[in-house]
Amino acid sequence: MIISKQKPLEEILAALEGCTKVFLVGCAKCATVCKSGGEEEVFQMQERLSSSGFEVTGSIVIDEACHMLRAGRDLRGRKEAVEETDALLVMACGAGVQSVAGAAPKKSVAALDTLFLGNIRRFGQFEQKCSLCGECIVSETAGICPVTVCAKGLLNGPCGGMTDGRCETDPDLECAWVLIHERIAAKGVTSRLRKIVPAKDFSRMLKPGKLKVDK
Amino acid sequence: MISKLQHKLDAGEFVVTAEVCPPKGSDCAEFLAKAKALQGIADAINVTDNQGANMRISPLAAAALLVREGIEPIFQITCRDRNRMALQSDLLGAAALGVRNVLALTGDHISFGDHRQAKPVFDLDSVQLLGAIAELGRGRDLAGNPLCGAPTFFAGAAAAPEAEPFEATLFKLEKKVAAGARFLQTQAVFDPSRLSAFREAVAPLGVKVIAGILLLKSARMARFITANIPGLRVPDHLVAELESSADPLSAGVEIARRLAREAKPFCDGIHVMAMGREDLIPEIVKAVKST
Repeated sequence: MIISKQKPLEEILAALEGCTKVFLVGCAKCATVCKSGGEEEVFQMQERLSSSGFEVTGSIVIDEACHMLRAGRDLRGRKEAVEETDALLVMACGAGVQSVAGAAPKKSVAALDTLFLGNIRRFGQFEQKCSLCGECIVSETAGICPVTVCAKGLLNGPCGGMTDGRCETDPDLECAWVLIHERIAAKGVTSRLRKIVPAKDFSRMLKPGKLKVDK
Repeated sequence: MISKLQHKLDAGEFVVTAEVCPPKGSDCAEFLAKAKALQGIADAINVTDNQGANMRISPLAAAALLVREGIEPIFQITCRDRNRMALQSDLLGAAALGVRNVLALTGDHISFGDHRQAKPVFDLDSVQLLGAIAELGRGRDLAGNPLCGAPTFFAGAAAAPEAEPFEATLFKLEKKVAAGARFLQTQAVFDPSRLSAFREAVAPLGVKVIAGILLLKSARMARFITANIPGLRVPDHLVAELESSADPLSAGVEIARRLAREAKPFCDGIHVMAMGREDLIPEIVKAVKST
Protein backbone atom coordinates (compact mmCIF):
# COMPACT_ATOMS: atom_id res chain seq x y z
CA MET A 1 0.00 0.00 0.00
CA ILE A 2 1.04 3.60 -0.60
CA ILE A 3 1.93 5.28 2.67
CA SER A 4 1.13 8.94 3.03
CA LYS A 5 0.81 11.51 5.75
CA GLN A 6 -0.85 14.87 5.97
CA LYS A 7 1.18 17.98 5.39
CA PRO A 8 1.21 20.48 8.25
CA LEU A 9 -1.90 22.67 8.18
CA GLU A 10 0.15 25.85 7.66
CA GLU A 11 1.57 24.40 4.46
CA ILE A 12 -1.88 23.45 3.22
CA LEU A 13 -3.24 26.91 4.06
CA ALA A 14 -0.29 28.54 2.29
CA ALA A 15 -0.98 26.46 -0.83
CA LEU A 16 -4.63 27.54 -0.72
CA GLU A 17 -3.76 31.22 -0.50
CA GLY A 18 -6.02 33.33 -2.67
CA CYS A 19 -8.80 30.72 -2.61
CA THR A 20 -11.98 31.10 -0.59
CA LYS A 21 -13.98 28.07 -1.75
CA VAL A 22 -12.50 24.60 -1.45
CA PHE A 23 -13.75 21.14 -2.47
CA LEU A 24 -12.22 18.20 -0.62
CA VAL A 25 -11.23 14.90 -2.20
CA GLY A 26 -10.25 11.87 -0.13
CA CYS A 27 -9.35 8.32 -1.08
CA ALA A 28 -11.06 5.18 0.21
CA LYS A 29 -7.99 2.99 -0.20
CA CYS A 30 -4.45 3.63 1.03
CA ALA A 31 -5.02 7.13 2.43
CA THR A 32 -7.92 5.77 4.47
CA VAL A 33 -5.76 3.05 6.01
CA CYS A 34 -2.98 5.57 6.68
CA LYS A 35 -5.55 7.85 8.32
CA SER A 36 -4.40 10.67 6.11
CA GLY A 37 -7.29 11.01 3.65
CA GLY A 38 -10.28 8.83 4.56
CA GLU A 39 -13.83 9.89 5.49
CA GLU A 40 -12.78 10.84 8.97
CA GLU A 41 -9.80 12.97 7.94
CA VAL A 42 -11.80 14.66 5.18
CA PHE A 43 -14.39 15.61 7.79
CA GLN A 44 -11.72 16.92 10.16
CA MET A 45 -10.15 18.91 7.33
CA GLN A 46 -13.54 20.42 6.52
CA GLU A 47 -13.80 21.61 10.14
CA ARG A 48 -10.28 23.02 10.17
CA LEU A 49 -10.72 24.85 6.86
CA SER A 50 -14.08 26.24 7.91
CA SER A 51 -12.61 27.59 11.12
CA SER A 52 -9.77 29.10 9.06
CA GLY A 53 -12.34 31.05 7.05
CA PHE A 54 -12.74 28.86 3.97
CA GLU A 55 -16.04 27.85 2.47
CA VAL A 56 -16.06 24.12 1.79
CA THR A 57 -18.33 23.58 -1.21
CA GLY A 58 -18.41 19.83 -0.76
CA SER A 59 -16.36 16.68 -0.41
CA ILE A 60 -16.00 13.23 -1.87
CA VAL A 61 -14.03 10.11 -1.02
CA ILE A 62 -13.08 8.37 -4.25
CA ASP A 63 -12.62 4.61 -4.35
CA GLU A 64 -9.68 4.80 -5.35
CA ALA A 65 -8.26 8.18 -6.33
CA CYS A 66 -5.46 6.76 -8.50
CA HIS A 67 -8.10 5.27 -10.83
CA MET A 68 -8.20 8.02 -13.42
CA LEU A 69 -11.53 7.15 -15.03
CA ARG A 70 -13.23 6.65 -11.69
CA ALA A 71 -11.88 9.92 -10.34
CA GLY A 72 -13.24 11.70 -13.42
CA ARG A 73 -16.62 10.01 -13.14
CA ASP A 74 -16.97 10.71 -9.42
CA LEU A 75 -16.03 14.36 -9.83
CA ARG A 76 -18.54 14.76 -12.70
CA GLY A 77 -21.15 13.43 -10.29
CA ARG A 78 -20.40 16.42 -8.06
CA LYS A 79 -20.22 18.86 -10.96
CA GLU A 80 -21.87 21.84 -9.28
CA ALA A 81 -19.82 21.75 -6.12
CA VAL A 82 -16.64 21.28 -8.14
CA GLU A 83 -17.47 24.09 -10.55
CA GLU A 84 -18.13 26.69 -7.90
CA THR A 85 -14.92 25.94 -5.98
CA ASP A 86 -11.59 27.77 -6.30
CA ALA A 87 -9.50 24.71 -5.52
CA LEU A 88 -9.65 20.97 -4.99
CA LEU A 89 -7.78 19.90 -1.89
CA VAL A 90 -6.78 16.32 -2.56
CA MET A 91 -6.15 14.09 0.44
CA ALA A 92 -4.69 11.20 -1.53
CA CYS A 93 -1.22 10.10 -2.62
CA GLY A 94 0.60 11.91 -5.41
CA ALA A 95 -0.96 9.52 -7.92
CA GLY A 96 -4.42 10.41 -6.64
CA VAL A 97 -3.73 14.13 -6.79
CA GLN A 98 -2.77 13.78 -10.44
CA SER A 99 -5.89 11.78 -11.33
CA VAL A 100 -7.96 14.57 -9.83
CA ALA A 101 -5.90 17.33 -11.43
CA GLY A 102 -6.35 15.62 -14.79
CA ALA A 103 -10.08 15.23 -14.32
CA ALA A 104 -11.07 18.72 -13.19
CA PRO A 105 -9.90 22.02 -14.72
CA LYS A 106 -9.35 23.52 -11.27
CA LYS A 107 -6.41 24.27 -9.09
CA SER A 108 -5.51 21.01 -7.34
CA VAL A 109 -3.69 21.18 -4.03
CA ALA A 110 -1.92 18.20 -2.48
CA ALA A 111 -2.79 17.82 1.19
CA LEU A 112 -0.55 14.80 1.75
CA ASP A 113 3.08 13.86 1.36
CA THR A 114 3.48 10.46 -0.27
CA LEU A 115 6.16 8.46 1.48
CA PHE A 116 6.66 4.89 0.28
CA LEU A 117 5.18 1.57 -0.67
CA GLY A 118 4.69 0.11 2.77
CA ASN A 119 3.91 -3.03 4.65
CA ILE A 120 1.60 -2.78 7.63
CA ARG A 121 3.26 -3.80 10.88
CA ARG A 122 0.16 -3.05 12.93
CA PHE A 123 -2.55 -0.43 12.81
CA GLY A 124 -0.92 2.90 12.05
CA GLN A 125 2.60 1.47 11.77
CA PHE A 126 4.12 1.05 8.34
CA GLU A 127 7.49 -0.11 7.07
CA GLN A 128 9.10 0.03 3.67
CA LYS A 129 10.17 -3.39 2.42
CA CYS A 130 10.08 -2.84 -1.34
CA SER A 131 11.29 0.07 -3.45
CA LEU A 132 9.64 -0.96 -6.73
CA CYS A 133 13.00 -1.49 -8.43
CA GLY A 134 11.63 -3.47 -11.34
CA GLU A 135 13.81 -6.54 -10.83
CA CYS A 136 13.01 -8.56 -7.73
CA ILE A 137 15.96 -10.33 -6.12
CA VAL A 138 14.48 -11.37 -2.76
CA SER A 139 14.50 -15.05 -3.72
CA GLU A 140 18.31 -14.72 -3.68
CA THR A 141 18.46 -12.87 -0.38
CA ALA A 142 16.42 -15.03 1.96
CA GLY A 143 13.27 -12.98 1.51
CA ILE A 144 14.81 -9.68 2.68
CA CYS A 145 15.27 -6.92 0.13
CA PRO A 146 18.69 -5.26 0.49
CA VAL A 147 17.78 -2.71 -2.17
CA THR A 148 15.27 -1.30 0.30
CA VAL A 149 16.11 -2.49 3.80
CA CYS A 150 19.81 -1.57 3.47
CA ALA A 151 20.00 2.23 3.67
CA LYS A 152 22.59 2.18 0.89
CA GLY A 153 20.91 -0.51 -1.19
CA LEU A 154 24.09 -2.62 -1.18
CA LEU A 155 23.93 -5.90 -3.06
CA ASN A 156 27.06 -7.71 -1.87
CA GLY A 157 27.03 -7.49 1.90
CA PRO A 158 27.13 -5.06 4.81
CA CYS A 159 29.06 -1.80 4.80
CA GLY A 160 31.67 -0.78 7.34
CA GLY A 161 29.13 1.21 9.31
CA MET A 162 27.39 -1.87 10.67
CA THR A 163 27.77 -1.99 14.46
CA ASP A 164 26.47 -4.87 16.57
CA GLY A 165 24.20 -5.86 13.73
CA ARG A 166 22.68 -2.39 13.50
CA CYS A 167 22.63 0.15 10.68
CA GLU A 168 24.87 3.21 10.80
CA THR A 169 21.94 5.41 9.83
CA ASP A 170 19.66 4.31 12.65
CA PRO A 171 20.61 2.30 15.74
CA ASP A 172 17.05 0.99 15.90
CA LEU A 173 17.39 -0.51 12.45
CA GLU A 174 18.81 -4.00 12.04
CA CYS A 175 21.43 -4.31 9.30
CA ALA A 176 19.70 -5.95 6.33
CA TRP A 177 22.85 -7.91 5.48
CA VAL A 178 23.29 -9.25 8.98
CA LEU A 179 19.69 -10.49 8.79
CA ILE A 180 20.24 -11.99 5.34
CA HIS A 181 23.48 -13.63 6.48
CA GLU A 182 21.77 -15.05 9.56
CA ARG A 183 18.94 -16.58 7.55
CA ILE A 184 21.18 -18.02 4.85
CA ALA A 185 23.77 -19.31 7.34
CA ALA A 186 20.98 -20.99 9.33
CA LYS A 187 20.15 -22.99 6.22
CA GLY A 188 23.82 -23.88 5.80
CA VAL A 189 24.14 -22.70 2.20
CA THR A 190 26.61 -19.82 2.54
CA SER A 191 28.04 -20.39 -0.94
CA ARG A 192 25.24 -18.19 -2.20
CA LEU A 193 26.60 -15.30 -0.13
CA ARG A 194 29.99 -15.62 -1.81
CA LYS A 195 28.60 -15.07 -5.29
CA ILE A 196 29.39 -11.56 -6.50
CA VAL A 197 26.17 -9.82 -7.40
CA PRO A 198 26.69 -7.64 -10.48
CA ALA A 199 25.68 -4.00 -10.67
CA LYS A 200 21.96 -3.44 -10.68
CA ASP A 201 20.15 -2.73 -13.92
CA PHE A 202 18.55 0.63 -13.21
CA SER A 203 17.05 0.76 -16.68
CA ARG A 204 14.39 -1.49 -15.20
CA MET A 205 13.14 1.39 -13.12
CA LEU A 206 13.28 4.25 -15.59
CA LYS A 207 10.75 6.98 -14.95
CA PRO A 208 7.93 7.34 -15.76
CA GLY A 209 6.92 3.71 -15.39
CA LYS A 210 4.42 2.33 -17.85
CA LEU A 211 2.82 -1.09 -18.26
CA LYS A 212 0.20 -2.38 -20.67
CA VAL A 213 -0.95 -5.87 -19.82
CA ASP A 214 -1.39 -8.03 -22.92
CA LYS A 215 -4.87 -9.48 -23.05
CA MET B 1 54.17 1.42 -13.66
CA ILE B 2 53.94 -0.34 -10.31
CA SER B 3 53.29 1.86 -7.29
CA LYS B 4 55.87 2.08 -4.54
CA LEU B 5 53.25 0.83 -2.12
CA GLN B 6 52.60 -2.28 -4.19
CA HIS B 7 56.29 -2.81 -4.70
CA LYS B 8 56.99 -2.72 -0.96
CA LEU B 9 54.03 -4.91 -0.05
CA ASP B 10 54.92 -7.43 -2.73
CA ALA B 11 58.46 -7.50 -1.37
CA GLY B 12 57.10 -8.28 2.08
CA GLU B 13 58.22 -4.98 3.56
CA PHE B 14 56.26 -3.34 6.35
CA VAL B 15 54.49 -0.25 5.01
CA VAL B 16 53.17 2.94 6.55
CA THR B 17 50.27 4.85 5.09
CA ALA B 18 48.74 7.98 6.55
CA GLU B 19 45.50 9.79 6.02
CA VAL B 20 45.52 13.46 5.12
CA CYS B 21 42.14 15.05 4.62
CA PRO B 22 41.90 17.39 1.63
CA PRO B 23 40.59 20.89 2.36
CA LYS B 24 37.11 22.27 2.28
CA GLY B 25 37.99 24.88 -0.30
CA SER B 26 40.41 25.21 -3.15
CA ASP B 27 43.50 26.23 -1.17
CA CYS B 28 45.60 23.08 -0.85
CA ALA B 29 48.68 24.70 0.69
CA GLU B 30 48.17 23.27 4.18
CA PHE B 31 47.15 19.89 2.78
CA LEU B 32 50.31 19.73 0.71
CA ALA B 33 52.49 20.91 3.57
CA LYS B 34 51.10 18.16 5.81
CA ALA B 35 51.65 15.54 3.13
CA LYS B 36 55.16 16.78 2.38
CA ALA B 37 56.08 16.61 6.04
CA LEU B 38 55.33 12.89 5.90
CA GLN B 39 57.77 12.16 3.08
CA GLY B 40 60.12 9.46 4.22
CA ILE B 41 57.67 8.53 7.00
CA ALA B 42 54.67 7.32 5.04
CA ASP B 43 54.94 5.23 1.89
CA ALA B 44 51.65 6.57 0.61
CA ILE B 45 49.09 9.18 1.62
CA ASN B 46 45.40 8.35 1.70
CA VAL B 47 43.34 11.16 0.24
CA THR B 48 39.84 10.91 1.66
CA ASP B 49 36.71 11.30 -0.44
CA ASN B 50 34.20 13.70 1.11
CA GLN B 51 35.02 12.09 4.42
CA GLY B 52 32.11 11.51 6.75
CA ALA B 53 29.86 12.70 3.91
CA ASN B 54 31.20 16.25 4.34
CA MET B 55 31.78 18.03 1.04
CA ARG B 56 35.42 18.83 0.34
CA ILE B 57 37.70 19.28 -2.64
CA SER B 58 37.72 16.34 -5.04
CA PRO B 59 40.14 13.64 -3.85
CA LEU B 60 41.09 13.17 -7.49
CA ALA B 61 42.38 16.74 -7.67
CA ALA B 62 44.11 16.44 -4.29
CA ALA B 63 45.70 13.12 -5.27
CA ALA B 64 46.93 14.60 -8.54
CA LEU B 65 48.52 17.49 -6.63
CA LEU B 66 50.39 14.94 -4.51
CA VAL B 67 51.61 13.12 -7.62
CA ARG B 68 52.92 16.46 -8.90
CA GLU B 69 54.89 16.85 -5.67
CA GLY B 70 56.36 13.37 -6.00
CA ILE B 71 54.22 12.02 -3.16
CA GLU B 72 52.37 8.77 -3.72
CA PRO B 73 48.65 9.01 -3.03
CA ILE B 74 46.03 6.38 -2.30
CA PHE B 75 42.98 7.80 -4.01
CA GLN B 76 39.94 6.98 -1.90
CA ILE B 77 36.83 6.72 -4.03
CA THR B 78 33.36 6.12 -2.63
CA CYS B 79 30.12 4.99 -4.23
CA ARG B 80 28.08 7.54 -2.31
CA ASP B 81 28.45 10.52 -4.63
CA ARG B 82 28.98 9.07 -8.10
CA ASN B 83 27.14 6.68 -10.36
CA ARG B 84 29.03 4.06 -12.35
CA MET B 85 29.76 6.49 -15.17
CA ALA B 86 31.29 9.10 -12.88
CA LEU B 87 33.25 6.44 -10.98
CA GLN B 88 34.78 5.05 -14.15
CA SER B 89 35.51 8.43 -15.61
CA ASP B 90 37.18 9.61 -12.38
CA LEU B 91 39.25 6.42 -12.32
CA LEU B 92 40.42 7.01 -15.88
CA GLY B 93 41.20 10.59 -14.96
CA ALA B 94 43.17 9.45 -11.93
CA ALA B 95 45.19 7.04 -14.04
CA ALA B 96 45.96 9.74 -16.59
CA LEU B 97 47.17 12.00 -13.78
CA GLY B 98 49.54 9.35 -12.46
CA VAL B 99 47.51 7.99 -9.54
CA ARG B 100 48.29 4.30 -9.04
CA ASN B 101 46.70 3.29 -5.74
CA VAL B 102 42.94 3.28 -5.24
CA LEU B 103 40.93 2.48 -2.15
CA ALA B 104 37.41 1.44 -3.20
CA LEU B 105 34.81 2.31 -0.58
CA THR B 106 31.07 2.32 -0.15
CA GLY B 107 31.13 5.64 1.69
CA ASP B 108 29.47 6.88 4.87
CA HIS B 109 25.80 7.61 4.47
CA ILE B 110 24.77 11.12 3.40
CA SER B 111 22.87 11.52 6.67
CA PHE B 112 26.15 11.91 8.63
CA GLY B 113 27.50 14.87 6.75
CA ASP B 114 26.96 18.50 5.94
CA HIS B 115 24.74 17.98 2.88
CA ARG B 116 22.03 15.85 4.39
CA GLN B 117 19.47 16.77 1.75
CA ALA B 118 21.64 15.46 -1.08
CA LYS B 119 20.66 12.34 -2.99
CA PRO B 120 22.74 9.32 -1.97
CA VAL B 121 23.90 7.52 -5.12
CA PHE B 122 25.21 4.01 -4.31
CA ASP B 123 24.72 2.95 -7.92
CA LEU B 124 27.54 0.45 -7.32
CA ASP B 125 28.73 -1.03 -4.05
CA SER B 126 32.38 -1.45 -3.11
CA VAL B 127 32.58 -4.99 -4.51
CA GLN B 128 31.16 -3.87 -7.83
CA LEU B 129 33.47 -0.84 -7.82
CA LEU B 130 36.47 -3.15 -7.40
CA GLY B 131 35.08 -5.15 -10.31
CA ALA B 132 34.88 -1.96 -12.36
CA ILE B 133 38.51 -1.12 -11.53
CA ALA B 134 39.56 -4.60 -12.67
CA GLU B 135 37.47 -4.33 -15.81
CA LEU B 136 39.01 -0.97 -16.73
CA GLY B 137 42.39 -2.60 -16.21
CA ARG B 138 41.41 -5.25 -18.77
CA GLY B 139 40.74 -2.45 -21.23
CA ARG B 140 36.96 -2.41 -21.10
CA ASP B 141 34.36 -0.29 -19.37
CA LEU B 142 31.36 -1.70 -17.49
CA ALA B 143 29.28 -1.59 -20.66
CA GLY B 144 31.87 -3.71 -22.46
CA ASN B 145 33.24 -0.92 -24.63
CA PRO B 146 36.96 -0.98 -25.42
CA LEU B 147 39.15 1.70 -23.83
CA CYS B 148 41.89 3.72 -25.43
CA GLY B 149 44.48 3.06 -22.75
CA ALA B 150 43.76 0.72 -19.84
CA PRO B 151 44.61 2.00 -16.36
CA THR B 152 46.75 -0.12 -14.05
CA PHE B 153 45.67 0.33 -10.47
CA PHE B 154 46.77 -1.21 -7.22
CA ALA B 155 43.33 -1.56 -5.70
CA GLY B 156 42.46 -1.90 -2.06
CA ALA B 157 39.39 -2.09 0.10
CA ALA B 158 38.32 -1.33 3.63
CA ALA B 159 37.82 -3.86 6.41
CA ALA B 160 36.50 -3.68 9.96
CA PRO B 161 38.32 -6.25 12.13
CA GLU B 162 36.33 -5.34 15.24
CA ALA B 163 32.90 -5.39 13.58
CA GLU B 164 30.27 -7.54 15.25
CA PRO B 165 28.99 -9.97 14.09
CA PHE B 166 32.26 -10.48 12.23
CA GLU B 167 31.08 -13.56 10.25
CA ALA B 168 28.48 -11.37 8.58
CA THR B 169 31.28 -9.19 7.18
CA LEU B 170 33.70 -11.93 6.15
CA PHE B 171 31.86 -13.10 3.05
CA LYS B 172 31.92 -9.56 1.70
CA LEU B 173 35.67 -9.31 2.31
CA GLU B 174 36.08 -12.53 0.34
CA LYS B 175 34.15 -10.94 -2.50
CA LYS B 176 36.23 -7.78 -2.32
CA VAL B 177 39.40 -9.80 -2.75
CA ALA B 178 37.84 -11.93 -5.49
CA ALA B 179 36.83 -8.73 -7.27
CA GLY B 180 40.39 -7.41 -7.21
CA ALA B 181 41.32 -5.94 -3.82
CA ARG B 182 45.03 -6.55 -3.22
CA PHE B 183 45.26 -4.83 0.13
CA LEU B 184 42.89 -4.07 2.99
CA GLN B 185 43.15 -0.91 5.03
CA THR B 186 41.33 -1.54 8.24
CA GLN B 187 39.15 0.61 10.40
CA ALA B 188 40.93 1.78 13.54
CA VAL B 189 42.07 -1.16 15.65
CA PHE B 190 41.77 -0.82 19.42
CA ASP B 191 42.14 -4.45 20.42
CA PRO B 192 45.17 -6.19 18.84
CA SER B 193 43.77 -9.63 19.73
CA ARG B 194 40.88 -8.85 17.37
CA LEU B 195 43.36 -7.94 14.66
CA SER B 196 45.11 -11.25 15.25
CA ALA B 197 41.82 -13.13 14.78
CA PHE B 198 41.07 -11.01 11.73
CA ARG B 199 44.46 -11.77 10.23
CA GLU B 200 43.78 -15.45 10.66
CA ALA B 201 40.35 -15.18 9.07
CA VAL B 202 41.61 -13.38 5.96
CA ALA B 203 44.90 -15.31 5.65
CA PRO B 204 43.42 -17.75 3.08
CA LEU B 205 42.55 -14.78 0.85
CA GLY B 206 46.18 -13.82 0.29
CA VAL B 207 45.51 -10.13 0.75
CA LYS B 208 47.79 -7.60 2.44
CA VAL B 209 46.49 -6.13 5.68
CA ILE B 210 47.27 -2.56 6.67
CA ALA B 211 46.03 -1.97 10.20
CA GLY B 212 44.29 1.28 11.07
CA ILE B 213 45.82 3.26 13.94
CA LEU B 214 43.81 6.23 15.13
CA LEU B 215 45.23 9.04 17.20
CA LEU B 216 42.84 9.69 20.08
CA LYS B 217 43.40 13.30 21.04
CA SER B 218 41.24 13.39 24.16
CA ALA B 219 38.56 11.48 26.04
CA ARG B 220 35.99 13.85 24.60
CA MET B 221 37.09 13.05 21.05
CA ALA B 222 37.07 9.32 21.83
CA ARG B 223 33.47 9.59 23.02
CA PHE B 224 32.53 11.66 20.00
CA ILE B 225 33.99 9.02 17.70
CA THR B 226 32.09 6.24 19.41
CA ALA B 227 28.86 8.19 19.13
CA ASN B 228 29.26 9.63 15.63
CA ILE B 229 31.66 7.72 13.42
CA PRO B 230 30.08 4.72 11.69
CA GLY B 231 31.59 1.41 12.73
CA LEU B 232 34.00 2.85 15.31
CA ARG B 233 33.90 2.26 19.03
CA VAL B 234 36.64 3.29 21.43
CA PRO B 235 36.83 0.87 24.37
CA ASP B 236 36.12 2.29 27.82
CA HIS B 237 39.59 1.50 29.18
CA LEU B 238 41.19 3.73 26.55
CA VAL B 239 38.73 6.53 27.27
CA ALA B 240 39.60 6.19 30.96
CA GLU B 241 43.30 6.26 30.17
CA LEU B 242 42.86 9.52 28.26
CA GLU B 243 40.64 10.98 30.95
CA SER B 244 43.03 10.28 33.80
CA SER B 245 45.99 11.79 31.99
CA ALA B 246 47.21 15.32 32.71
CA ASP B 247 48.30 15.55 29.06
CA PRO B 248 45.65 13.70 27.02
CA LEU B 249 47.31 14.37 23.68
CA SER B 250 50.57 12.73 24.79
CA ALA B 251 48.55 9.90 26.27
CA GLY B 252 46.81 9.54 22.92
CA VAL B 253 50.12 9.40 21.08
CA GLU B 254 51.33 6.81 23.56
CA ILE B 255 48.17 4.72 23.03
CA ALA B 256 48.64 4.94 19.26
CA ARG B 257 52.29 3.91 19.57
CA ARG B 258 51.35 0.99 21.79
CA LEU B 259 48.56 -0.17 19.46
CA ALA B 260 50.86 0.14 16.44
CA ARG B 261 53.53 -1.95 18.18
CA GLU B 262 51.02 -4.58 19.27
CA ALA B 263 49.40 -4.66 15.83
CA LYS B 264 52.66 -5.08 13.93
CA PRO B 265 52.94 -8.88 14.20
CA PHE B 266 49.46 -9.26 12.70
CA CYS B 267 49.68 -6.97 9.68
CA ASP B 268 51.71 -5.92 6.67
CA GLY B 269 51.68 -2.27 7.55
CA ILE B 270 49.90 0.41 9.50
CA HIS B 271 47.60 3.16 8.37
CA VAL B 272 47.73 6.19 10.65
CA MET B 273 44.74 8.48 11.01
CA ALA B 274 45.76 11.51 13.04
CA MET B 275 42.60 13.58 12.63
CA GLY B 276 44.29 16.89 11.93
CA ARG B 277 47.45 16.26 14.00
CA GLU B 278 49.47 14.83 11.13
CA ASP B 279 52.53 16.47 12.73
CA LEU B 280 52.40 13.70 15.36
CA ILE B 281 52.46 10.87 12.84
CA PRO B 282 56.28 10.56 12.77
CA GLU B 283 56.25 10.06 16.54
CA ILE B 284 53.64 7.29 16.23
CA VAL B 285 55.41 5.62 13.33
CA LYS B 286 58.70 5.48 15.23
CA ALA B 287 57.10 2.85 17.44
CA VAL B 288 57.04 0.36 14.57
CA LYS B 289 60.21 1.46 12.84
CA SER B 290 62.41 0.92 15.84
CA THR B 291 61.35 -2.65 16.56
